[in-house]
Amino acid sequence: MRFLPDAEHRELARTLDGLLASADTPGAARAWAAGDHAPGRALWSRLAETGVFALAVPEPYEGMGPLPVELAFSFVELGRHAVPGPVVETVAAAALLDRLGDAGAAAWLPRVAAGKAVLSLCAPEHGGPYALDADAADAVLVVDGDVLRLAEGAGPVQPSADPVRRLARPLGGTVLARGPEVARAAGHAAGVAALATAAQSLGLGLALLDRTVSYIRQRTQFGVAIGSFQAVKHRLADTLVALEFARPLLYGAALALAAGSDAAPREIAAAKVTAGEAAHAAARTALQLHGAVGYTAELDLSLWIRKARPLRDAWGTPAACRARVLAS
Amino acid sequence: MDLDHSPADDAFRAEARAWLAAHVPADPLPSLETGEGFAAHRAWERTLGAGGWSAVSWPRAYGGRDASLLQWLVFEEEYYAAGAPGRVGQNGISLLAPTLFAHGTEEQRARVLPAMASGETVWAQAWSEPESGSDLASLRSTAVRADGGWLLHGQKTWSSRAAFADRAFGLFRSEPGTPKPHQGLTYLMFPLDAEGVTVRPVGRLDGKPAFAELFLDGVFVPDEDVIGEPGQGWRVAMSTAGNERGLTLRSPGRFTAAADRLAALWREHGDPADTALRDRVADAVIGARAYRLHTWANASRIAEGGALGAESSLNKVFWSELDIALHETALDLLGPLGELADHADEAPAHGGWAEGYTFSLAGPIYAGTNEIQRDIIAERLLGLPKGRR
Repeated sequence: MRFLPDAEHRELARTLDGLLASADTPGAARAWAAGDHAPGRALWSRLAETGVFALAVPEPYEGMGPLPVELAFSFVELGRHAVPGPVVETVAAAALLDRLGDAGAAAWLPRVAAGKAVLSLCAPEHGGPYALDADAADAVLVVDGDVLRLAEGAGPVQPSADPVRRLARPLGGTVLARGPEVARAAGHAAGVAALATAAQSLGLGLALLDRTVSYIRQRTQFGVAIGSFQAVKHRLADTLVALEFARPLLYGAALALAAGSDAAPREIAAAKVTAGEAAHAAARTALQLHGAVGYTAELDLSLWIRKARPLRDAWGTPAACRARVLAS
Repeated sequence: MDLDHSPADDAFRAEARAWLAAHVPADPLPSLETGEGFAAHRAWERTLGAGGWSAVSWPRAYGGRDASLLQWLVFEEEYYAAGAPGRVGQNGISLLAPTLFAHGTEEQRARVLPAMASGETVWAQAWSEPESGSDLASLRSTAVRADGGWLLHGQKTWSSRAAFADRAFGLFRSEPGTPKPHQGLTYLMFPLDAEGVTVRPVGRLDGKPAFAELFLDGVFVPDEDVIGEPGQGWRVAMSTAGNERGLTLRSPGRFTAAADRLAALWREHGDPADTALRDRVADAVIGARAYRLHTWANASRIAEGGALGAESSLNKVFWSELDIALHETALDLLGPLGELADHADEAPAHGGWAEGYTFSLAGPIYAGTNEIQRDIIAERLLGLPKGRR
């Protein structure tokens, strides 16, 4: 047993972190929220060059995957930088199409791997009734029971609590596949989505903690750094505890998924609820300890704060995840 | 990155499981914190020791079986899953023994460790004093030079196991007036039945004499019972605090076994419509799983020569809060029966939850309060400035 990141995992994370840190990711997120997808799509292409999307696509379709562990490490970095767009939905849709083969894998998966196709996915039995960023996607897949459709379009954008997340109901469409294998594949895809969302949450929470610690160390009141106050310290300590114990659940779940373990759905659910709650708590801490300036939209911190709760609930609410953990 | 156990570890697990199945008493022993229970638990330590299972990670020469840290974790999982008794030797095994391995002499190890492994000598800790709790370095009990050794004076308190134990270890001020309080301390071992020692048992929150006050009035300790250099006691005591000990104080097996029992209790007694309680059961199961995986990550780091240091404070905060939440959930599941003491005639057959709950309440206090742990996390892991406590 060696339950630690391998050198390649650390290198993958470092590469993505470096790319996203120097790419004005907050600017792309703000443009995305305003309906301007160009900077976000440019960022998407650069991410694809690092191979992130290929991790979700198997070799016959010009990918390198599926590699859930590497996907988890990557999505921690996407969350750390609050990358805009349906990144989770794209890799989940890729998992779905891969399982169903004839339904469109050959048409879409090579383009996903290359970063040329942005996909959205709506599966009301596993998530909400909306497709994320349908207006930016090249295809919107919809799973209803045992029917897979390619939507014709989407309804008007329903603003989310996180303005960077643009939700819409998918409309109409043509049937791509039908049968029990569709429902099974959707269950698998939802697991991939939950794992990737958990990873995003962990990264988001770590970034919120980092930014808050930096602020707390330089902000002075009463003549001293407010980071010297025990009430402040203990809140940040609890934030770190919660995030650090979500981390091994995430990687354990990714290993279970990679191994095709029967326990994978339970382990993914455990990771999802724990990372989601930890990031949400980190957002509350970040806001409280920044004080009034944290309550402003101008500060980029708002991009992270506002994403925490929607990610906590996407692809498995806390209650749904907890129920799944106890399901035998 | 993997979670695969080696064939050797699997064989180790199978051997431990078979031995425990054959030896763990069918009925629970009387409470460890009573005279009768203490004797029964000491006898169990003897059985464990005879099988070579009381300190698996020690070298064979001292009564261990040269097990790796990972194998120790495996053993602990099997131990608690088997419902085996609490460990009366824990103080010595998890606190004193690592210090002897790091700072003791070969003579001390040969003299102390085998008797510890066999349960022949049960150790109590003597750290806290009436005026020195979290601020341990302010301690005032003294060790004064005497011919061939030292004379101890002062008062120690909250000394776990001291009501019934044979010997104790702790820190004493051997050089008065040092510039800093943690200087001039010496780490000593001493007998609890020696002349000059008065042991006054103190009833715990659960009414049991689980710890004691020690009054020391000129207790002679020979030089051979000083660990490390005189005056270097603080460094000796703290050097092993963060590393393996931070991991071995409470192994995940204890919590995964309790979480499994809680989940079984939920399936048997839980109201499926009570989703609030169901969520808490799930959180306990998830928390135990998280602690187990987190510990494996730490064990992997240590196996590669890494160290834990201040990160062990994350563990302390996490397991102590998990333990309380887990037991509170169990009591809530039991409803009106949750109030019953474990020895009540009508106590639930699953037993142990009431005592476990009371014990869990001590978790955020002992081994460094959680307030101190959070200070350590904030200052050493997050880099926040030191402030007044």
